[in-house]
Amino acid sequence: MNAFKPVLTEHIHQKDCHTLPFYKSVGGYKALEKVLAMQPDAVIQEVKESNLRGRGGAGFSTGVKWGFIPKDSDQPKYLINNADESEPGTFKDRLLMNKTPHQMLEGMIIASYAINCNTAFIYIRGEFYKEYQVLKETLAEAYQANLLGQGILGSDYNLEVVIHRGAGAYICGEETGLIESLEGKRGWPRIKPPFPAIEGYLHCPTVVNNVETLACLPHIINHGADWFKSIGSEKGPGPRLFCVSGTVNNPGVFEEPMGISLKELIFDRAGGIPENKQLKAVFPGGSSSAILTAEEALDVKMDFEDLVEKKSMLGSAGVIVMDETVDMVQACLNIARFYAHESCGQCTPCREGTAWLVKMLTRIVNGQGKPDDIDMLYEITDNIGGRIDFSKGSFGKTICPFGEAVAWPVRSFVEKFEDEFRSYISQVEAVA
Amino acid sequence: MNTMATPQEKFIFANPDKVDRIFSQYPDKKSATLSLLHLAQAQEGYISGSVIDTIADLVECHPAIVMDCVSFYSMFFTKPQGRHKIQVCQTLSCSVNGADALVDHVTNKFSIKPGETTDDRRFTLMKVECLGSCGTAPVVQINNDYHEGLTNERFDELLESLP
Ligand SMILES: Cc1cc2nc3c(=O)[nH]c(=O)nc-3n(C[C@H](O)[C@H](O)[C@H](O)COP(=O)(O)O)c2cc1C
Ligand code: SF4
Ligand code: FES
Repeated sequence: MNAFKPVLTEHIHQKDCHTLPFYKSVGGYKALEKVLAMQPDAVIQEVKESNLRGRGGAGFSTGVKWGFIPKDSDQPKYLINNADESEPGTFKDRLLMNKTPHQMLEGMIIASYAINCNTAFIYIRGEFYKEYQVLKETLAEAYQANLLGQGILGSDYNLEVVIHRGAGAYICGEETGLIESLEGKRGWPRIKPPFPAIEGYLHCPTVVNNVETLACLPHIINHGADWFKSIGSEKGPGPRLFCVSGTVNNPGVFEEPMGISLKELIFDRAGGIPENKQLKAVFPGGSSSAILTAEEALDVKMDFEDLVEKKSMLGSAGVIVMDETVDMVQACLNIARFYAHESCGQCTPCREGTAWLVKMLTRIVNGQGKPDDIDMLYEITDNIGGRIDFSKGSFGKTICPFGEAVAWPVRSFVEKFEDEFRSYISQVEAVA
Repeated sequence: MNTMATPQEKFIFANPDKVDRIFSQYPDKKSATLSLLHLAQAQEGYISGSVIDTIADLVECHPAIVMDCVSFYSMFFTKPQGRHKIQVCQTLSCSVNGADALVDHVTNKFSIKPGETTDDRRFTLMKVECLGSCGTAPVVQINNDYHEGLTNERFDELLESLP
């Protein structure tokens, strides 16, 4: 196999890489020219064939999702670029927006053209103020060059792109919470179906795609579906931005083919663990994935299939490394606190359950845990996330997958490091 | 003595052009709500009752719906804040890279706990959740700006440099 050459991040170390002249000098917007001469259906077909799967977390086929947009409806269609990036451990979309915003924008125009949309939004998390400023500049350049607006590049295709700032709420990354938020409401996820492709923003057909997903599109158009499929894992191919953080020497974003081993990511790309400490546990795909023990982590490939086999998930590809000094009970509390803070509050099991988790874990950490607390933790996670069978997944008790997103990691901490939880509790007994 | 409460002054956007531009971007009025709240907060420093009334008028909905948004999103404040909002990320990657020490540092230096503002209104300290920059932990956002990979010393210099 040839050595892998970065696709999405090839130019990010060069001067002025965020500007339009630079992007054009490396072949930018060639794919758009090509697409404008194609039938929209042919674009969808090419993307379907490439097997591109969403980079936002769920890993759904992009081409298939576009295919759900009704063709006979005369309602306006909307594309929303999900730039909410709030999953703990994930910081790749921010890099793409800062360094190569035109790549993402070209992807947006291609996607919009494919689904026949004339107004597209970038929903960017409110905290990303600098990125918001960069994107404003990007859009201004694009309008100036007739890459946006009326009759794009001499075609009869029109597209307006609007930047919309979020205001601090993790749940607005969930696509229906995002749509509610864009409509000027609190970000309460909607019951599905109907899915956004049928009834999304303002009840119109809507596609929500992640920044990185969109950034892949120009390359698929330029080099073809077969080229894309030849990179990395067969069932979910392509380049992927892996974010590595936590206790590592060289944290950062690493572009690698899907299916790179987690061991290589942690010990080669991210430089291993400071002071040669032992690896203890890893979140492979953001804080919503089940954690892996060191042993599991050293033996897993970073693709959709292998991680499901290990009863976790690739999610947002946010790898959080925990070395031997990290206390698993406190780490579990940290994560539970995040979810309790971010629960939108509309489903009782999620709203109450996350608060209970924090209460119990705090009690355990403060040395006031009781022996049946362990069973209670299992019970509460089951109650939020549905009876969890890691190999089958579990959906059922809540309106959106946030329920699973908290139940899975918390349960995995307790299951895999029960001894640590027990030793906190037995110290209490010893004193009593 | 005049016992009548001062009627709350109506909030007016300082830059009506910006308001028009915001409305022109959306297919309906209500979608402009968050953008208008951002604009108002940039002008006033927080979201007062009269801001809510003005925006509700503009987007043609009940003030309760605008209030709903304000209370839902963590970036909107219903009370005046310090000049510099020191927002320390406390989520896992920052936590294992020394975020707690940064919070303690501010607490010791200015005698404010998270959620509190110094008497001179120079600083408000807040703990926030993952800022999407975990690779440069620990991260602190001060107003709009990210400060990454902070040590106690650099953090201290930074705080000193703020007016
Ligand atoms: C609780 C929750 C939070 C999410 N946060 C994000 C996010 O910050 N960014 C993102 O792109 N997708 C996020 N998603 C996934 C979106 O719902 C959606 O699947 C995705 O944006 C679709 O784009 P893709 O197909 O290109 O991945 C989240 C999902 C859930 C359940
Ligand atoms: S699962 Fe939680 S976050 Fe999702 S809709 Fe229900 S309460 Fe809201
Ligand atoms: S954990 Fe602090 S920025 Fe993500």
